[in-house]
Amino acid sequence: MSNLRTWLAFALILGFVLLAVFAQFIAPFDPFRGGADALLAPGAKNYLLGTDHLGRDILSELIFGARVSLAVGISAALSASILGIVVGSLAGFFGGWVDGALMRVSEFFQTLPRFVLALVIVAFFGGGVLKVIIVLAILSWPQIARLVRAQILSLRESTFVEAARLSGMNGIQIIAREILPNALAPVIVTGSLDIASAILLEASLSFFGLGDANLISWGGMLNVAQPYLRQAWWMAVFPGIAISLVVLAFNILGDALNDALNPRLQETA
Amino acid sequence: MCACRGDACVVPTSITMTLYILKRVAQAIPLLLGVVVFNFVLIQLAPGDPVTLLVGDYPAPEEYVRQVRAEYGLDRPLAEQLVLYLGQLARGNLGYSYANRMAVAELIGKRIGPTLQLMITALVIAIIVGVSLGVIAARGRGKISDWIAQAGALVGYSVPDFWLGQILIILFAVTLAWLPSQGMRSARSVATGFDAFLETLPYLVLPATALSVRFIALFSRITRSAMLDILHADFVLGARAKGLSEARVLIAHVLRNASLPIVTVIGYNVGLLIAGSALIETVFAWPGVGRLMFDSITKRDYPVMTGILLMVSGAVVLANLLTDLAYAALDPRVRYTR
Amino acid sequence: MNEIILDARNLVTEIHQRRGWLRVVDDVSFNVGRGEIVGLVGESGCGKSMTAFSLMQLFPTPAARVASGQIIFENRDLLKLAPNELRRVRGAQIAMIFQDPATFLDPLMTLGDQIAEPLRAHNFAGDVRARTRDLVEQMGLPDPDLIARRYPHQVSGGQKQRALIASAMSCAPKLLIADEPTTALDVTVQAQILDLMRDLRAQTGAAILLITHDLGVIAEMCDRVYVMYAGKIVEANTTRELFRAPRHPYTQGLLRSTVSLESATTELFAIPGTVPNLNELPRGCRFAPRCPIANAQCAHEPPFVADETRAVACWNVERAMASEIWKLDVGR
Repeated sequence: MSNLRTWLAFALILGFVLLAVFAQFIAPFDPFRGGADALLAPGAKNYLLGTDHLGRDILSELIFGARVSLAVGISAALSASILGIVVGSLAGFFGGWVDGALMRVSEFFQTLPRFVLALVIVAFFGGGVLKVIIVLAILSWPQIARLVRAQILSLRESTFVEAARLSGMNGIQIIAREILPNALAPVIVTGSLDIASAILLEASLSFFGLGDANLISWGGMLNVAQPYLRQAWWMAVFPGIAISLVVLAFNILGDALNDALNPRLQETA
Repeated sequence: MCACRGDACVVPTSITMTLYILKRVAQAIPLLLGVVVFNFVLIQLAPGDPVTLLVGDYPAPEEYVRQVRAEYGLDRPLAEQLVLYLGQLARGNLGYSYANRMAVAELIGKRIGPTLQLMITALVIAIIVGVSLGVIAARGRGKISDWIAQAGALVGYSVPDFWLGQILIILFAVTLAWLPSQGMRSARSVATGFDAFLETLPYLVLPATALSVRFIALFSRITRSAMLDILHADFVLGARAKGLSEARVLIAHVLRNASLPIVTVIGYNVGLLIAGSALIETVFAWPGVGRLMFDSITKRDYPVMTGILLMVSGAVVLANLLTDLAYAALDPRVRYTR
Repeated sequence: MNEIILDARNLVTEIHQRRGWLRVVDDVSFNVGRGEIVGLVGESGCGKSMTAFSLMQLFPTPAARVASGQIIFENRDLLKLAPNELRRVRGAQIAMIFQDPATFLDPLMTLGDQIAEPLRAHNFAGDVRARTRDLVEQMGLPDPDLIARRYPHQVSGGQKQRALIASAMSCAPKLLIADEPTTALDVTVQAQILDLMRDLRAQTGAAILLITHDLGVIAEMCDRVYVMYAGKIVEANTTRELFRAPRHPYTQGLLRSTVSLESATTELFAIPGTVPNLNELPRGCRFAPRCPIANAQCAHEPPFVADETRAVACWNVERAMASEIWKLDVGR
């Protein structure tokens, strides 16, 4: 049951990745070029999912839009994880005032409303995929940093770390070879859930018109669809389904990983 | 663990509680200060002349620009600027929106009512529905009701709320024409007071629903897991051994203990609620702060943006503070230690 | 013998595991007389706690059930009661206290409220507050009004256990089930709690079923004892007789392994081998693999069950009683 769920999520993610990578070969039309066929309903004139107000093919736009969503989601979560691991390791290993200061900073970022902050930063510094990725990473690292720190604090006293210390390893070696591999499970779980929330955040920013104007993104498509809700429902329905499916898939993946990596839950199954 | 065997620690609740509140308020102040400094750094770091960010990307008269430069000391050293900036904020001056020809604080003040109305409605719906669903799921663990509630929560948590708003408009406002979808009352309305409130209700249904879905999902998940944790606690077995009825065990012990993590999750997600309402207000043309944020971004009205960021950050810090106080009110272990 | 108030007959309790239902209490029969203190002793994992939970039909593990047998209490079979009738017995006529008082108290409720809970649940006719105060006082807790207003985290382990006992005794039950009530406490507090329980028996006439792994506690408290091994009762007797002349090789081993101040031996004794896995029980006597006098019959045929009429479950009682069987085997 839950295995099937996991495989479905995995297949869905793989499917979207393939769409994103081979977009130009799969998309039936050029998503950037409009024409006279504006606001056509799904099915009309070979436009499977209809056309938008400029006559662009919705399906092709969706296929190209997968690029932005996945690229932003995955890179933002990955950078946030790396940042979090580095900060968490420093805090956990050095302790003392380093730990205190880093944890105050992470608390600060955790308290702030992420979306509003992202809005303001992107509005100040300008959109663009790279900037959005950086902003999302900067706003998302604290949770992983806290996880890694907690793991280090609890593992620092464990026997195998003691053994490593006695065998002459230095601090960085111990963190890299002994502690991090053991702390990785919760980081992977959080990372995959972070991908989901980064994709949602990117879509929200694009919906607010703060995306990259030169790229097609699902959030941006929903922005464009807003004035046409009465005439062309298909402009809104399909991009939203795409966002929901990808986010759902990463959330399921995170849940499944959590179940698989958390021994306490396995017992009661 | 507990160092209070003697009578010394049995201070009246009101005093310990007051001390706790003071302590938590003192802890919240540096956080707020941090937000202000962060804002200041943002304005300094942003490309272009900081005065643009203080005035907004708007053809303001040269005279006003000069006034702002002087007020914020933009030609002075950074440290001095920060002090001046803090001083302006301390006087309640969040800046002036030249685009709206109104002080930012006043502008936000005008929009805050509708936003609160929307947020509180959505929050109440989410708490009632979410907690009930969580209880149902936990009670029927492993059964079909649990499975449906869990799957529903996962989907609800994954769907973008602003898109859900659009779908609700297409379904209930366009196709079925049951409910209005834009604004919060008819343009011709002259109602005031309670009548105005009643008139708003049909306008509130769709945006509040769209905003609540994500939180229903969140609250049902946390309720379920908190309930399952507590259901297996020894003291629940002990309560059953006392011959308490199942309902009493559930209410007096299980739900009460489970309410601790639930309250935390509710309180700590107010930021998410604000973000959600910004998007939802944009979809439904709801005349609140979120809509103001959207407009200020389109108009590059930077003072309004930073003003809203400050206000929202303050609101989140306040919400966290209130959450901790609620937690302390519920949990004697927090209330009476240290 | 005085009037029997609890009579458990052929009790079978199972817990659900991946491979199916596992018998943790297997055909166990015992009884408790009015006002009597009866001990149920055995190593951890022998099923003594599960036997206690079976009486209440409440289990700490989610998938457990009483599969068969009878629990006759006051002429009614508790296993045949409707849930609501059973609820009226719990806490009112049969009460229970537990090993770890810290986890059995609700952290969010004052001790007074928790003590009064059974009174309210069973519609106590008198003044609940006055009764609570009396109970707290009866438990030997100082300053009853103050203690009643405290939360569990504010009091010591011994005070917590006293509060739990007060709650259990609030409705004046006829039977108190005490599951390792002193195991989690400091040694000095243990003795106080045992004293308190003995006093309560004397004052209220409540019978006590005392579950413990500690033969010292049994010797100090109990009128009669049942010895349990691997889900079965292997021997039953009065405490005095059991200690004077243990008949089952397991009981003999158990007694030898308790440190006694009077005995001259300084070495610590432990029964060799380990308690069998309930999934892979031997065909005959469950103790046979560890028993120094086991023979072919023991390996193939389970001995009769111990109950009031046949108080020991062993094929070779005469041989066991004839010599110090464990001395012979110390070096094995």
